[in-house]
Amino acid sequence: MGGLQKKKFERGSATNYITRNRARKKLQLSLPDFRRLCILKGIYPHEPKHKKKVNKGSTAPRTFYLLKDIRFLLHEPIVGKFREYKIFVRKLKKAYGKTEWSAVERLRENKPTYKLDHIIKERYPTFIDALRDIDDALCMCFLFSTFARTGKCHVQTIQLCKRLTVEWMNYVITSRSLRKVFLSIKGIYYQAEVMGQLITWVVPYQFSHDHPVDVDYRVMATFTELYTTLLGFVNFRLYNSLNLVYPPKLDSNAESEPKEESEDDYAMNSESYLEKLSALSASLARVVSSAEEEEAQLDHFPTEGEDMEKMEAREKELKQQEAQKKLFEGLKFYLNREVPRESLAFIIRCFGGQVSWDKSVCIGSTYEMTDETITHHIIDRPSVDKQYINRYYIQPQWVYDCVNAKVLLPVEDYFLGVTLPPHLSPFVEEKEGDYVPPEKLKIMALQRGEKTGNEQEEEEEEEEEEEEEEEQEEEEEDDNGDEEDDEEEVAEEKNLKKMEEQRSQGKSLQVKVTPGKLKVENKARLEQEEKAEEKRLAIMMMKKKEKYLYDKIMFGKKRKVREANKLAAKRKAHDDAEKAKKKKARK
Amino acid sequence: MEDIALSFPDIRNTVGNIPVEWYKDFPHIGYNLDGKKIYKPIRNKDELDDFLDKMENPEYWRTVHDKQTGSDIVLSDDQVELVNRLERGLKISDVMIHPITNRPADKRSFIPSLTEKEKVSKLVHAIKMGWLKPRRVEDDGRGRYYDLWASEDSSILARHRMHLPAPKIPLPGHHESYNPPPEYLFTDEERALWEQQDPGDRKLPFVPRKYSSLRQVPAFSHFIHERFERCLDLYLCPRQRKMRVNVNPEDLIPQLPKPKDLQPFPTTQSLVYRGHSGLVRSISVSPSGQWLASGSDDGSVRFWEVCSSRCMKMVQVGGAVKSVAWNPNPSVCLLAVALDSVVLILSPSLADKQVILSSERLLSAQQEGEEPAEGNGSVVWSEAEGEELNQGVRLKIQHPKAVHQVVWHAKGDYLASVMPDNTSHLQVYIHQLSRRRSQNPFSRNKGLVQCVSFHPIRPYFFVATQRSIRIYNLVKQEMTKKLQANSKWISSMAVHPGGDHVICGSYDCKLSWFDLDLSTKPYKMLRHHKKAVRGVAYHRLYPLFASASDDGSVIVCHGTVYNDLLQNPLIVPVKVLRGHVMTHDLGVLDVTFHPTQPWVFSSGADATIRLFT
Repeated sequence: MGGLQKKKFERGSATNYITRNRARKKLQLSLPDFRRLCILKGIYPHEPKHKKKVNKGSTAPRTFYLLKDIRFLLHEPIVGKFREYKIFVRKLKKAYGKTEWSAVERLRENKPTYKLDHIIKERYPTFIDALRDIDDALCMCFLFSTFARTGKCHVQTIQLCKRLTVEWMNYVITSRSLRKVFLSIKGIYYQAEVMGQLITWVVPYQFSHDHPVDVDYRVMATFTELYTTLLGFVNFRLYNSLNLVYPPKLDSNAESEPKEESEDDYAMNSESYLEKLSALSASLARVVSSAEEEEAQLDHFPTEGEDMEKMEAREKELKQQEAQKKLFEGLKFYLNREVPRESLAFIIRCFGGQVSWDKSVCIGSTYEMTDETITHHIIDRPSVDKQYINRYYIQPQWVYDCVNAKVLLPVEDYFLGVTLPPHLSPFVEEKEGDYVPPEKLKIMALQRGEKTGNEQEEEEEEEEEEEEEEEQEEEEEDDNGDEEDDEEEVAEEKNLKKMEEQRSQGKSLQVKVTPGKLKVENKARLEQEEKAEEKRLAIMMMKKKEKYLYDKIMFGKKRKVREANKLAAKRKAHDDAEKAKKKKARK
Repeated sequence: MEDIALSFPDIRNTVGNIPVEWYKDFPHIGYNLDGKKIYKPIRNKDELDDFLDKMENPEYWRTVHDKQTGSDIVLSDDQVELVNRLERGLKISDVMIHPITNRPADKRSFIPSLTEKEKVSKLVHAIKMGWLKPRRVEDDGRGRYYDLWASEDSSILARHRMHLPAPKIPLPGHHESYNPPPEYLFTDEERALWEQQDPGDRKLPFVPRKYSSLRQVPAFSHFIHERFERCLDLYLCPRQRKMRVNVNPEDLIPQLPKPKDLQPFPTTQSLVYRGHSGLVRSISVSPSGQWLASGSDDGSVRFWEVCSSRCMKMVQVGGAVKSVAWNPNPSVCLLAVALDSVVLILSPSLADKQVILSSERLLSAQQEGEEPAEGNGSVVWSEAEGEELNQGVRLKIQHPKAVHQVVWHAKGDYLASVMPDNTSHLQVYIHQLSRRRSQNPFSRNKGLVQCVSFHPIRPYFFVATQRSIRIYNLVKQEMTKKLQANSKWISSMAVHPGGDHVICGSYDCKLSWFDLDLSTKPYKMLRHHKKAVRGVAYHRLYPLFASASDDGSVIVCHGTVYNDLLQNPLIVPVKVLRGHVMTHDLGVLDVTFHPTQPWVFSSGADATIRLFT
């Protein structure tokens, strides 16, 4: 017994956490600086397991950082740079105040800067780590690259973002690693597979932004600072991995190089070079001029049983992927001026197609509209004056749907002025019991190679309709039959009346024994019912905790089923309405 | 000069006398007279080429490089002569003997300048103090990227043990498509609901829209917002690792013996006893198992034949019957009925003559003694007379307050009645039939008594108050145990025929099973019912017990009790019996087992009694 009395909150989880304010004081930083530091270093608050213990008995809402994280920040050289910058600002202000312009100039020349290389290396110790986290960086850079050069952030940042995103897109084209695309109401989603990592990013539609007032652009700018650095290094590494020159150069001996004459129209400077690069129509220069791409061949290992099956599945998948990469090979596209050029050019080039556009739309067009070898003309207007006979005029959705379906879809559904089939998200993977839209089923059938499914269905539909008509006729006949039935009923009623009369007159009814029907018991059903009852009884005996968990799981499952049913019912109602409309129109 | 012009095609540069470096980045060096570009010659002469040229080319010495056109020009003999002449003219100049001015040089021309010194010293001082720094080399940004991950070392990894990577943004579903399938679009109601909801509660943060073509899709107004929110989430949102429970729900269900193996137990509803017009509060089966007595709110006690569901007899007692109890002694045929503040002893004469005689004898035994027990003045025993006597009422025991329950002792001589009253100690009376004596066993109020029961074998008495059950030893006249029911309000109680187990039902839907040898806490709490439990009962012979509830169901459970103390009772629900119709939010009010068969009777608020076999 005895010993010193233990004080509360001096050991355990209370000492592992630190509140934000205390952390800031410990680092001697202002709140904006602290915020910047946290963003750059990737320090985020942790939710303690026992909040009250950590909060020293109080239940006030506070954010907690790990003390280790904050200690780790103490040794950060960037903190010193922040202080330097603070001093720089103070000096500059003073010089301005004294109207010492030479001093102002001198100070401006020596504005302190910092580099984030070491932070990138520290946050992403391996390249794969960096790739895993590149989603947000890409989204942000693509967003910033679409900003107008007015006020919201530095022009250099916008230019840098533009450059980096163009570099990224060029890499994706060259490595042919794009997998999925999706036109959403927010923007265009792309998913690429780079070094085994699935990377998704979203690009807003090309409109000028309506800048919201309640967004803190300083926070966004800090993130962008980090992300541009990260993306630059990642691009460098990726270009190196493909033996491409970095910074990217256009391949001088490629056929598709933009013609020299067009150069005269532009000033010859670095910006036009970037523009040419961002046209995405030319291939990039390589460090080592590579021969034809080698086919990736899986080595065969002697395997058995399940492994064999897995192996085969993988091989099949690989083959499919290989086929997808060459989806548009041999096709020649021409983009009309109203379609999103950058997105379509990017996608078509990613899958090996050739693409061009009107010379006045953008630099880098490779062939004219009059080219006879064009196979697909992508156009997004109800009609066109002059049509060439040897090419398809299709709407842009066809390209996106083809990429997602991994096969060239029939073009008929996407012709000019045709009502487009729904555009489905390629990111949804339906599990068993989920609702699958019928369009998806159709595409899946197409992928399996059942090409005529669509037509057949239509035929079937027509047949069905015909049948329905026949049925109607039959029904009419039935009505006749019903009349007969009615007659029978009338007769029966008469009988009954007679009997009642007899009864009221006191005559005894004829007692009749009709042969009973054997009630057939469905054995399987009975068994099933018994099992269900057993289960129900067992559920009654569950412990409270387990029962809660069980109820929760079952609730979730039921909700899923309910949602799927709801969607299916909605679809059915819609289809029925459509059919009725069609029929009416036909009549 | 003419021939020079002839020998060279005129490629004069028109840019003027400007530094050639300005054209460093360009492939051309200027423009000729026609405005055409003058391209730089392809020069790939390095030092080695230069040297070889020097060694081998005899014309090397007279070759000069024209910076303006970027080409090498071999000078002709005339030009060489001109150069020589110029050189000579410069070198050989006439030195005059006399200076032009004879003024001596200033002093300042040979002493260092003070102002300059001052300026320099200022600069030096500024450099010393670190105020002045050399101009930074401009980083053009192109060369600043390098292979950062050239040497991947895992030493940094150790620091990231506590790192929780941010979850990725969920991928968009069909809802988000610019041209979704029609079922994903909102209907009018869904849209209205969406607009009503708080932005935090919405399932989708946007309204699905359909556009007939891509060119009609407008900009998404919340794009920057969403990015910004993601940024905030990344650096402001506290992160916590949550373990997802990944359980197969089937595994959570306990493995119990199959009900099929635990037969016999009642499974189907076989008979319905109709006749009452009010809710049937209480039922009781005669010890022989042939008769069923029921007391109802319509003021009647009915006697039914169990096997035929015929009402053999009906006694109008003139008041809502709260409780009926058949004397458990098989050699007598008596029924105790509680209504208002009276307990009636009925002799329904539904048995052998001998049994009827013996019960008559029991009732009249005291009359010979001729001394009514006056020990307790508040209870009055009286004989029934007239019409009542014809109906079979033999004795009336007048209580001071309303009686809610009557219970017989297993021997059939003692009878306990309950008058719940929170304020007095007069809540329980024990009557002795043979001596017509009543006594109040408790001198103090321990809470509102809900029900009482006798121990089937030993002289113990169970009293259930609102939240606990007290067990009294009647011989020693002391409390032996107090069971905590862990429920809000006990409604009913039953004692196992072995006497070591008690179940009690409560109004908060629970049924607790007590093992008296184990603990004063319930061995098991069963939350089977959805509504208040009204009645519980044990079977006398089979290991069965049943509970009746306001949700209209009777749940029959199998409850094996083992003789050896180490094994806990096995409790398995075996059947949920339904049949009673809910009336006035009341379902089943009482439940009782047949004394010999695995049958269960239940009486409900729908004025019926049902037999499940």
